[in-house]
Amino acid sequence: MLRVIFKKQMGIKLLLEKDKIENIRTYEVYRREGGYRSVEKAFKMSPSDIVEEVKKSGLRGRGGAGFPTGMKWSFLAKPEGVPRYLVCNADESEPGTFKDRYLMEYIPHLLIEGLIVSSYALGSNRTYIYIRGEYAWIVDILEQAIAEANANGWLGKNILGSGFDCQIYVQRGAGAYICGEETALLESLEGKRGNPRIKPPFPAVKGLWDCPTVVNNVETLAAVVPVLNMGGEAYAKIGVGRSTGTKLISACGNINKPGVYEIDMTISVEEFIYSDEYCGGIANGKRLKACIPGGSSVPILPANLLLKTAKGETRYMNYESLAEGGFATGSMMGSGGFIVLDEDQCVVKHTLTLAHFYRHESCGQCSPCREGTLWMDKILKNIETGKGKMSDIDLLWDVQRRIEGNTICPLGDAAAWPVAAAIRHFRDEFEWHITHAEEAQTRNFGLAHYADPLEVTASA
Amino acid sequence: MFDNKEYSVVQFTEDKMIKVREMIARYPEGKQKSALLPLLHLAQETFGGWLSVETMDYVASLLKLNPIEVYEVATFYSMYNLKPVGKFVFEVCQTGPCMVKGSDDIIAYIKQKLNIGVGETTADGLFTLKAVECLGACGYAPMMQLGKHYKEHLTREKVDAIIEECRGKAVRLVSAD
Ligand SMILES: Cc1cc2nc3c(=O)[nH]c(=O)nc-3n(C[C@H](O)[C@H](O)[C@H](O)COP(=O)(O)O)c2cc1C
Ligand code: SF4
Ligand code: FES
Repeated sequence: MLRVIFKKQMGIKLLLEKDKIENIRTYEVYRREGGYRSVEKAFKMSPSDIVEEVKKSGLRGRGGAGFPTGMKWSFLAKPEGVPRYLVCNADESEPGTFKDRYLMEYIPHLLIEGLIVSSYALGSNRTYIYIRGEYAWIVDILEQAIAEANANGWLGKNILGSGFDCQIYVQRGAGAYICGEETALLESLEGKRGNPRIKPPFPAVKGLWDCPTVVNNVETLAAVVPVLNMGGEAYAKIGVGRSTGTKLISACGNINKPGVYEIDMTISVEEFIYSDEYCGGIANGKRLKACIPGGSSVPILPANLLLKTAKGETRYMNYESLAEGGFATGSMMGSGGFIVLDEDQCVVKHTLTLAHFYRHESCGQCSPCREGTLWMDKILKNIETGKGKMSDIDLLWDVQRRIEGNTICPLGDAAAWPVAAAIRHFRDEFEWHITHAEEAQTRNFGLAHYADPLEVTASA
Repeated sequence: MFDNKEYSVVQFTEDKMIKVREMIARYPEGKQKSALLPLLHLAQETFGGWLSVETMDYVASLLKLNPIEVYEVATFYSMYNLKPVGKFVFEVCQTGPCMVKGSDDIIAYIKQKLNIGVGETTADGLFTLKAVECLGACGYAPMMQLGKHYKEHLTREKVDAIIEECRGKAVRLVSAD
């Protein structure tokens, strides 16, 4: 049994520092606790100074791709007389991810505050929050917070005498993962089917109603608040390397304490899983088998490659370390959806549910994605239900390879990667499902060798 | 839960029309098509929990759109029902993180308890069961969506209680008429 003592020091919190304060959801309490200071500060600065601060902070997009936010903002085209838009991506539909929901549900004013500062920095007078349709009750929470912000002079015309006008609207989606992809989101916001657009042109030039647009994730925009309050340089000192600031991780699966955690990106994966401050270890005294550390689209890793890199170094919860080893032996931070599987879980079945998900969510525009996701779902279903052939594994590999890189939007890749990684690391479990078709209906392959320490080779 | 009162014509009341105008005003002049998704939600809630052709045509007329523009959208998004559904729709998440926490068991239990399959509605028109994809509640699995809210950390006992609660509500709805 793994027992490690971790340093008893609470991590730095910038977003969820006050989430447990009673009634922090209301304007009065939020303001009393120092809320909206960043707006006061922002209006004493020029919009371009704010963009500079965000650049200095090193803040990277929290929606999945990790693109530097300040840089994205500086790409926004500013033609004379054309409105610009900021759109907050609250579509949150990547399996394993439920962090934006937590933020909006418990500290809605933090998002509204971040949106006001960001709207001012980008010159957006109408800002939209596009939220997944199923989060219906959160729409009410956000609209309440927006009404309170309006009533207290933080939104509307000539905010704080700055001459800047801004209004925030909440737009509900209607059930489509693809609408989290930024151009599909814009199509949907225009009242159309969520079919991704071909890029270029990028939204920064031609976005919502053909106007220059920035799309950012909920957490990214909330993080603008601490960036402004503490200054970009101070924010950049938290974390490590290019993983600056803090990150929300939504942890789920077979752990003792599923939930949303804010981490500074210096802790190890092992500490995150086993420390009582975070996941609290694997549930029911079981052993760790595998983990998808950044939402369903990122590669799954067996326990041994999760806790240590192929070079035998400790793996940390940050962008670089999680990606260490590339697709051969690493994974990604992605959206921060941390899915933990214990020794009793079947990787084939888990991968099947994901393939099924992508099949359901493909918008159908590109044939490699539309057909490929269908085939992956079918082949995996056969293997899982004991009707698979050995050649199916190679076929599956082939199908995923034909999707990757051949589609309009990254959903195709997102569907291919989990399947590729599952075969790459768990091929013997797939084979066992075929050679032991009957037995596989009654029991799981188990932990096998997936947690055994790996031999470290000098070249790895 | 959607409005269960009988309606004879597909037309929003003046109260709802205030809401409709307020929705359209969220977008710049001439961009009223953007109000389509919100309006379809409102129409579905108001007119029996699903979108009939008549309802979709009505929404098209409100936004000055061709009906086809509305059909295109209504068929794309999974939350719009194009067929009548039960008064209470159990949408149980079946994706990976929920599956490892026993969503299969929950679905099987509901099937047995209500004697329907996935995608079916009970004969009394009260319940529909759906198996859906990740709802952003993976840490609180197994779970389902029921109307506007989520029911999380489901167990068989909780499912029993939810079914009872719905039956109670249905009785109250009928006696209120
Ligand atoms: C299929 C697909 C789904 C996505 N879903 C989301 C989502 O739910 N939320 C999100 O913020 N970004 C999502 N993204 C990423 C967005 O396209 C975009 O990069 C992001 O909103 C930018 O914000 P950020 O720079 O603040 O991360 C998705 C991308 C793809 C390809
Ligand atoms: S990759 Fe898939 S989801 Fe993306 S545009 Fe093509 S078909 Fe649609
Ligand atoms: S997997 Fe079920 S809510 Fe995410």
